[in-house]
Amino acid sequence: MALLEVQDLEIAVRTKGKLLPVVQGVSFDVDDNETLGIVGESGCGKSLTALAIMGLLGGTTVRITGGNIRFDGMDLLTLSDGERRSIMGNRMAMIFQEPMTSLNPVYRIGDQIIENIRQHQKMTNAQARDRAVELLSLVRIPNPSERVDSFPHQMSGGQRQRVMIAMALSCDPKLLIADEPTTALDVTVQKEVLDLMADLQTRMGTAIVLISHDLGVISETCDKVAVMYRGRVVEAAATENLFTELAHPYTRGLLNSIPVVDSDVDWLEAIPGRVPTLEEELTGCAFHPRCALVTKLCATTVPQEIEYKPGHSVRCHFSGKVAP
Amino acid sequence: MLAYTAKRLLTLIPTLLAASILVFLFVHLIPGDPAAILLGDTATPEEVAQLSAEMGFDRPLYVQYFIWLGNVLQGDLGTSIFFRQPVLSVIGSGAETSILLASMTMIWIILIGLPIGILSATKQGTWIDQITSSGAMLAASIPTFWLGLYLIMIFSVTLGWFPSSGFPSLSDHGGITNLRYLLLPSLTLAAPNAALIVRLVRASMLDVSREDHVRTARAKGLHPTRVAIKHIFRNALIAVAAAFGFTFAALISEAVVTETVFSLPGIGRLVVQSILRRDYPVIQGVILVIVVLYMVVNLAVDLAYARLDPRVSLK
Repeated sequence: MALLEVQDLEIAVRTKGKLLPVVQGVSFDVDDNETLGIVGESGCGKSLTALAIMGLLGGTTVRITGGNIRFDGMDLLTLSDGERRSIMGNRMAMIFQEPMTSLNPVYRIGDQIIENIRQHQKMTNAQARDRAVELLSLVRIPNPSERVDSFPHQMSGGQRQRVMIAMALSCDPKLLIADEPTTALDVTVQKEVLDLMADLQTRMGTAIVLISHDLGVISETCDKVAVMYRGRVVEAAATENLFTELAHPYTRGLLNSIPVVDSDVDWLEAIPGRVPTLEEELTGCAFHPRCALVTKLCATTVPQEIEYKPGHSVRCHFSGKVAP
Repeated sequence: MLAYTAKRLLTLIPTLLAASILVFLFVHLIPGDPAAILLGDTATPEEVAQLSAEMGFDRPLYVQYFIWLGNVLQGDLGTSIFFRQPVLSVIGSGAETSILLASMTMIWIILIGLPIGILSATKQGTWIDQITSSGAMLAASIPTFWLGLYLIMIFSVTLGWFPSSGFPSLSDHGGITNLRYLLLPSLTLAAPNAALIVRLVRASMLDVSREDHVRTARAKGLHPTRVAIKHIFRNALIAVAAAFGFTFAALISEAVVTETVFSLPGIGRLVVQSILRRDYPVIQGVILVIVVLYMVVNLAVDLAYARLDPRVSLK
């Protein structure tokens, strides 16, 4: 049994009295020490999926309408709020896209890490503080014993994201969910943060769910990838297979839109059209209005998930006809 | 912190000087002979001339100002025309009532405003929020004199629980229990201001609750109450602290009405009576005291602000 198993997850948003599905039939699993990348455009439902796993959907407008999330043998969706909170920040932790605003501006970073530690572990303040300093040095913050007393505004974006990572790792989580952890950072800092996460994973054996719109980041860090489009996983495979044997026209489009440094390209290929809004009713495959291979079948029938190759699933009527 | 406070105190000096010029000119801005104004319609020309000489009105204006300022700096705010007593001791006699009234009012504002505001924000959209929000709206729109009269009617006249007017000093017979005289007035004064604080706490907490760091706090697995108090309310308090400065200014003007309604021997009623008696030296003195108080309160708010928000540097 995998550490995290998501099965047929359905999430809907309530607008004007109607429930609009935003995530439909999403399934994947993640093992210990494994990194799953979820890639897709803005609004494809990847962040909502992450928040649903973490238990942060909250509110009355967005809610889980179906499916299962199993973590470490527990059915997360049937746990009480208190039981759920005892997992959050403890065995499962999350880092977010915006390091500049994700820390509370009025508390010292050390105190914010200590708060996380003492929420889940019986430690005195002094012990938790020692642990915080240790964590800060683990994420390579220089002078950790001094910086533990810094306020967030006294640190750079990259440093703040390291603090977020330190906080997330403070209770040795089995699963780390990283929602666009490097999007707001400079490219060089991006690399450092990703390397740090990979390094910590080898040391601690943490499973990681990395959410990104950046295929470059995904290809460098993930063992396997799920490509999402408008609320569904359209293609999922081991990373090396996805890039060599891709089977979905949307994945092809994503790859084509990446500039390659050592080839001389005047014009980058873009996927024509735009992501349909949630209010637009779509029949058939959600990608058909933008797809080059579209037929009548695509416009009427939702493609089922098929096993294209072992460990490589696709939702397309014409999987395999896409030029790799 | 200390250096900043000292610097801020120094910057108060020019403001105080400007205020002192306005206060000094107050008597002279009224058209006509100030001595005649001070003495009123029934004065004879001899009396006017005598007072003019006595007060130095016959000398150049700037000379008069510096003499007046010199006296003020030595604590001499002049002599009340009505009481024939130094202005400072006239103000001092009203100070006990006003300070106690203001303190009790502030305590009510904090005790009522903050918890109800927090409740309203954390229960956003529920019937609790509806009731507290409309209650706050109502309290904010009721005029103080009307609320004061109604409280007197209900709790003093009908129920007889609290005295309707006056305030014997705490040193008089009754001691600390004399504070009951201030209960209705302080509630009257607190109602509209507490209502504003409720609305402000609610609005700022809802603002803060949408911020990213609140999601981080929830991701730690903290109990929702802890998230609401330690993370949301604590950040919302920065905006609320600034409002306490304005609340103080509102209290001063509302106290004038409230002290009159409840016949309290405070500075507010002293102002009203002094205006009716044309006791200009007293009016000048009270204005000067209020200006100083107001500036001190604002300094305190700024210092509190820096305590609450580490991003504000005191340099």
